[in-house]
Parts: sequence; structure tokens; C-alpha cells
Amino acid sequence: MNTRILAVEYEYLAPTTIDEVLDILAEKQGVRILAGGTDLIVKLKTAEDFPIEYMLDIKRVTALDYIRYDDQEAMLHIGSTATLSRIEKDATVREKYPALAEAIHLMAAVSVRNMGTMAGNICNASPVADSVIPAICYQAVLTLTGKSASRQVPLHEFFLAPGVSVIRPEELLTDIALPLPKPGTGAAFVKKTRVRPDIAKISIGALIEHEGDTVTACRIAMAAIAATPAYLKAVGESMVGHKMSEELITATAALAARSIKPIDDNRTTAEYRTHIAEVMTADVLHEAWKRAGGEL
Amino acid sequence: MKKHAIILKVNGKAHDLVVESNELLLNVLRDKLYLTGSKYGCGIAECGACTVLVDGQSVLACMIPAVAAHGWDIVTVEGLAQGDQLNPVQQSFIDNAAIQCGFCVPGMVVTSTALLNENPHPDEDYVKDYLRGNFCRCTGYIAMVKSVLDAAERK
Repeated sequence: MNTRILAVEYEYLAPTTIDEVLDILAEKQGVRILAGGTDLIVKLKTAEDFPIEYMLDIKRVTALDYIRYDDQEAMLHIGSTATLSRIEKDATVREKYPALAEAIHLMAAVSVRNMGTMAGNICNASPVADSVIPAICYQAVLTLTGKSASRQVPLHEFFLAPGVSVIRPEELLTDIALPLPKPGTGAAFVKKTRVRPDIAKISIGALIEHEGDTVTACRIAMAAIAATPAYLKAVGESMVGHKMSEELITATAALAARSIKPIDDNRTTAEYRTHIAEVMTADVLHEAWKRAGGEL
Repeated sequence: MKKHAIILKVNGKAHDLVVESNELLLNVLRDKLYLTGSKYGCGIAECGACTVLVDGQSVLACMIPAVAAHGWDIVTVEGLAQGDQLNPVQQSFIDNAAIQCGFCVPGMVVTSTALLNENPHPDEDYVKDYLRGNFCRCTGYIAMVKSVLDAAERK
């Protein structure tokens, strides 16, 4: 395999408005969207069956390049060409969505984060997408825009299979919206790799809302344990209404490990993933609870 | 395939170029502008040997179609020195003998330059974390991390 060149041929398109992008997506077949390129270019170099007729560069669409907190909606909006670095360093993200900042910081390396986008990480639909995990916990909603209609999809309902999502060929992911967590919410993210820049063997995010010692909401998501990033809805909800305790965390972690059916692959084994899922769920719940201001 | 007329500003100088849609920035820098400091290592965004600066931020030239870089302000390792005056990272790498085969060094130096622009007073953990995407297969990391810390002190 020669990764020095791009051996495939395609036509390069670089529109400057969303409308132009949507026209191209509606009219042409075989369009691949270039945002940061950190997945697309690797695939074009290495994937065996990855057809492309048009490379649609959306980086010149200035209307997609934003991170904006809307006070009235109490919602953070991330545009589809905002780079991972910019999101990671954003003051609002660091303060209000710390688990997202952490997950992004742990992705790949600085040069990749300077290029890559969160929208790309989502649309690539990898089962190991790190930025997706905390974003599911924060209840992210995606706006998928087509030429004639746009729709909103909760992030945890976006994924269908490895590399496959509900997005249609004529649609563009234009906005990632994250509602402001309630005061006193704690969220955390943990990831297991061999060395830092590696793709995760497993990663887990958790978010806890509480009143006093009682858990009022908990959301847990995991990557690299299924064909898609997974929202373990029932596991988080099993904590609701209970007083926080070591026993509750232990039971929830055990339930999490029982709820997943990971596979063996070149990064690790199903057996290890199941074992470490229990340990890491306990870790991430401890950390989220600590950040929620709780004590144990 | 359609050809595209582009302008790349590289190390302060604007270049008018004609490129094909699938030409990569790294190959244009090396094969058309003869700036061979940036290296082709892995080609898949893992090793950092092709790192260049765009608007002061480190990016990987092997991941960027040249046509997509139209109008960008790029600095390669050749553009870090001011005339004969090496930048603090370059000088520090020499003083610490932080070079074995040398293949990864341009990428290391470019990324380290971005590091010090972003954080002029890093600690050792910060440097190791920042450089985690730059591989040295001679494993000469200790001298490199020391070089960056020394360069920060000199600045």
C-alpha cells in the first residue's frame, strides 16, 4: 500500500455557502465530504472499497465554523467545521461540558485535533468515536440539513452500524447542540489505550444529576464495546431514585459489564473489555459523583 | 482530472502553483517547492514526520489535498530560522544532541515550536503529552523532551 500519494481520482469542489453544499449533495452521486480530512484522507489511501466521484470541501463555508453558547435556549451549538482543538479549548466547553473537553483532549494528537472536527468524528460513525461518548451523556442533538428539509436527531439514535448512520446522502450535519447541564451535574470520561495516541480499547462516559444524596438522573455511554457507540440507558436509569453509595456504584458497574457484548479485535479481547468495563464504570461514576459535589 | 490554480504562502513567500485534485500538500512542498525538510513517514496521520504550521497551528501535510490549502499561510521547518539565527527549539535540539537518525526531527521541531507558542512555560508532562503524535523510532525521546524544556527556559 502506497500512502505517499492519493491514487484515486475525483473532482474537487469548494463551495462557500450551505445552500451550495446542499445543492451539490442533492444533485451529485459519489460525494465525500472533506472537513478536517483526518478520516477521509486515510480512508482514500488505505480502504479497499471506498468509491469517490467528488470531494466536497466544506471548510470554506464560514457559516459552519462556530462554537456558540445561546443563553436563551441554554444550549451550546457547535458548527460542523469547528476543529476538535477549538472545541477542547473553548472556555464554555471546559467549564460546562468538562467531560467533552477531556474526551477530545485524549483523541489522537494535537495536529490531528487541529485539523479534525467533531462533526467528522460523528459522521464517520466509528464504534470507537471518543467525542461521541460524553456528547451522548450531555444529550447532544444533531441537525441534519437537506435541500428541502432539515431534521433533528438525538446523537444516541444516529448510529446504525460501523461506518453507517441515519444520515442520508443528500444531508449535511450542520449543527451539534448540547443542552446546558443542570447546576450540580457531574460528568466524567475515561479511556483505556495502550499508549496515549492509540484508538481506545474501550472508553466510558457518565453524567450524574442529583438532589442531595439521591441520584435523579444518570446517563452512561461506552465506545468500542458494540457495533456503534452505545448509550446504556437502562444501566444509568437503574441508579435513579437511589441514595449514592459504594454499593450502588459497585452494582451499577456490574450491571454495565453484564449489559455489553464486546468482541475480540486487534486492540484487545472481549474478555478484557468486559472485565475492564466494570472497573472503569466504577471509576467514571466515582469521578462524576465527585464533580457533582457529592461525597462517599 | 481537473487542474487547479492555487496560491500557497510558504515561509513568507507566495507561490503560484497548478495542482491536480488529488495532489497532497506534502508532495507539493517536497517535489514542487523542493522543501524536503517535511518528511513522508506513515502517510496515515500517525507519525508526525510531515508536520507543518498553518496559522501557527501544527497540521499534517500528508493529510491535506494541496488544492484545499489554497490561500493558506504555511511554515515548514525550513522557515523556522530567521536567516542564520535558528529558533530556540532548533538550537536546543543541537545543544542537547537530540538527534539520532534525524528523520523525525523536522516534525518534532515544528510541533515543539507550536507547543512553545501555545504554552511558553510547559512542564515535562505537558511536553510529553503534546508530542505524543510525533514518533521517533530511534526512541530518542528523553533528549527531545529536555530540548523543549531547555528552549522554554531560554526564551
